[in-house]
Amino acid sequence: MTQKNFACRISRSEPGPGDGGRTGSWRVLRPVIDLEKCIPAKRNKPACFTCWLYCPDGCITRTIPPTIDYEYCKGCEICAEECPVGAITMVEETVFIKEEK
Amino acid sequence: MAEKTTVLNLPEDELVHPGNRACAGCGLSIIYRIGLKALGRDTILVVPPSCLTVLQGLYPIAATQLPCLNVTFASTAAAATGILAALRAQKNTSTTVAAWAGDGGTSDIGLQALSGACERGENFIFICYDNEAYMNTGVQRSGTTPQGVLTTTTPISGKKQKKKDVPAIIAAHGIPYVATASAAYPIDFYDKIKKAKTISGPKYIHVHTPCPSGWGFNPRYTIKIGRMAVESGLYDLYENENGHFELSGPSQRLLKKDRRPVSEYLETQARFRGLSEARIASIQQEVDAKWETYRAQPS
Amino acid sequence: MHVIESGNVAAANGVKLARAHVVAAYPITPQTPLTEKLSEFVDAGEMDAEYIPVESEHSALSVCIAASSAGSRPFTATSANGLLYMSEQLHWAAGARLPIVMCVVNRGIGAPWTVWNDQQDAFSQRDAGWVQLFACDHQQIIDTVIQAYAIAETVSIPVMVCYDGYILSHTYMPFEIPDSDTVDGFLPAFSPEYALNPAKPCNLNTVTLPDIRPDVRGDTAPGYMEIRHNLHTDMREALNVIKTVDEKFYSIFGRGGHCFIEPYNCEDAEYIAVCIGSLSYQLRDVVDALRQDRIKIGVCGLRVYRPFPDEAIRETFKSAKGIIVLEKALSYGYEGALYADIKAALYDCDNRPFIHNYILGLGGREIKTQQLLDALRQSCTIDIPVPQWIGLKM
Repeated sequence: MTQKNFACRISRSEPGPGDGGRTGSWRVLRPVIDLEKCIPAKRNKPACFTCWLYCPDGCITRTIPPTIDYEYCKGCEICAEECPVGAITMVEETVFIKEEK
Repeated sequence: MAEKTTVLNLPEDELVHPGNRACAGCGLSIIYRIGLKALGRDTILVVPPSCLTVLQGLYPIAATQLPCLNVTFASTAAAATGILAALRAQKNTSTTVAAWAGDGGTSDIGLQALSGACERGENFIFICYDNEAYMNTGVQRSGTTPQGVLTTTTPISGKKQKKKDVPAIIAAHGIPYVATASAAYPIDFYDKIKKAKTISGPKYIHVHTPCPSGWGFNPRYTIKIGRMAVESGLYDLYENENGHFELSGPSQRLLKKDRRPVSEYLETQARFRGLSEARIASIQQEVDAKWETYRAQPS
Repeated sequence: MHVIESGNVAAANGVKLARAHVVAAYPITPQTPLTEKLSEFVDAGEMDAEYIPVESEHSALSVCIAASSAGSRPFTATSANGLLYMSEQLHWAAGARLPIVMCVVNRGIGAPWTVWNDQQDAFSQRDAGWVQLFACDHQQIIDTVIQAYAIAETVSIPVMVCYDGYILSHTYMPFEIPDSDTVDGFLPAFSPEYALNPAKPCNLNTVTLPDIRPDVRGDTAPGYMEIRHNLHTDMREALNVIKTVDEKFYSIFGRGGHCFIEPYNCEDAEYIAVCIGSLSYQLRDVVDALRQDRIKIGVCGLRVYRPFPDEAIRETFKSAKGIIVLEKALSYGYEGALYADIKAALYDCDNRPFIHNYILGLGGREIKTQQLLDALRQSCTIDIPVPQWIGLKM
């Protein structure tokens, strides 16, 4: 049995993003970071990154400033809830849809 | 002593792809992401049916960047045994074998195989993420569902029986390492896996894992609610290393300060709405009594 | 080396010669001496394998499934209720296409409890997706275990090697234990197409959708139905592989040559008795006696039950007047499963023979030669309703 032939005989998945599709479309509210408040952004050095730690989907970067992958962010709001300085606010997605139009 | 783990020095490597099928705010997603950082790439996973099966992706795309064997519900620990035996036969002693099961797959249908593997002394890490019901099938009661909780199979008067103390059952096997953790304290969980990796023999880590859809709360509060379970003294973080019991940081600190009332925690979730005032008072009494025994223990 | 030993010891020696890496088993009568022998081989350092004393049969096969997925050659063995307790894992092993070899020491199923021989255990797992081979004597047991690995690893399908409890497992017979180097020449080391490996992470046995779906490269991956269709076509292909493996074995060891059906006195036979397992050897005496009475009868022992060797059956039975199927198992509410299968295989023959069916030996009920004589003589003489029971006392 050749390799290719064998591959169609079992359920063997290979790693890749987006098995569930672009899960950003699940979102009703979008997390937006206020860089005036965000600790690493304000201090311009690695610090805090609470949002990165708790993001269930690994959609926030541990960078200065942190960025959010809106392609996949499901909008759970944990980052906004846990940010110690309230730098993340949840904004209605409809606002951005209007902007994009 | 090794450098203290902080949010700044956790490994950057992300081993779980985004865009997976876990619910928004899933507690399992948080510990899975952080847990795999601790396990590292030289790991083979074993996963029985659970929410994790769904999170890991449908064929032919996998959300996990580690090799993983999906197995039947009752076979998790036996399958981990089989992988270990194969690795030994291949003279591979470096690869970590980790089983990752839900509370049903651990405390109910998976307990026999887990007990057998613990008794045989298999060199694996068994992680149970306890979201206190069969969530993947739609919130049915499990052995670890707390008393009084409303589930789809205890829909009116709540679960009549008490939560099964699985870590204590596993510890009774005399294995070298049993620990509890919480999704609200991912760094504590990370450190416990790291420690488990250094120990030979069976290691068991039981992780309290809030589930927004199954417990009935806004996904925004996954961490908050997990933290309240610990801070109220309902769910305790500890390590039991070769029979030596020690409360871990967040629970240790409760020895010296006031705990939050359990009612605060219970009020946050729809699943507890069937509890009477009297029942809540008795839960508080049980928690208080448990903490009296903790305080009485010589530290 | 020629020895006089039990059937279970013959099986254990086959496993040792096949160099199984991982042995996981749970004791159950009459399989137990096989498990004991293997643990002794490992403990004595005669066999370089991991012996896992699991806490159940379900776990025994789970260990084999995982060990095979991780690239090792596993072995397990069981009987009766142990096999049934494995049932979920049997289907899993086949669906995951793992070349596991297992001995099934045939025993009746409870309730009520019986520890004695029949073949209901193996027959009840007919549709699990395993190749099912049956041995008739001790030499066939050891030879079949070795061949089973060659078959399993060629088609990536697990193989059961079945033999009758007590009648073969606990009786002593002479047989030859082949030389280890010669077996190594016959059976190459296991090299799976994929094994669990952190350097090449894959997720095995994931949830598979009803329909096909593109993979990470955009190529079309099969759905559940395609995967199962492939299992079926490969099971049919296994018939050719069983034949090839048997031919290779014959060329090296000088034994075999009847890979599907072992005939006895069938060249000119008008009537053929058919069965599976050790009974076919017992029937040889019966056939000899009937030949004395000028009844042209022979006997065929089926070596393979799944995949079903329907072509070989048609070829062997096409010119017979009558076929008499004797079974130590039953599909309750209908008839013997082997009888039904043979009947279906002969449906398209131009001159369909009559087919009779006898159920016998359930739960170890003694099968007397006189009873077999009476039954076969009856079938060669008159038409009878099916199934008939032999040795029933009511």
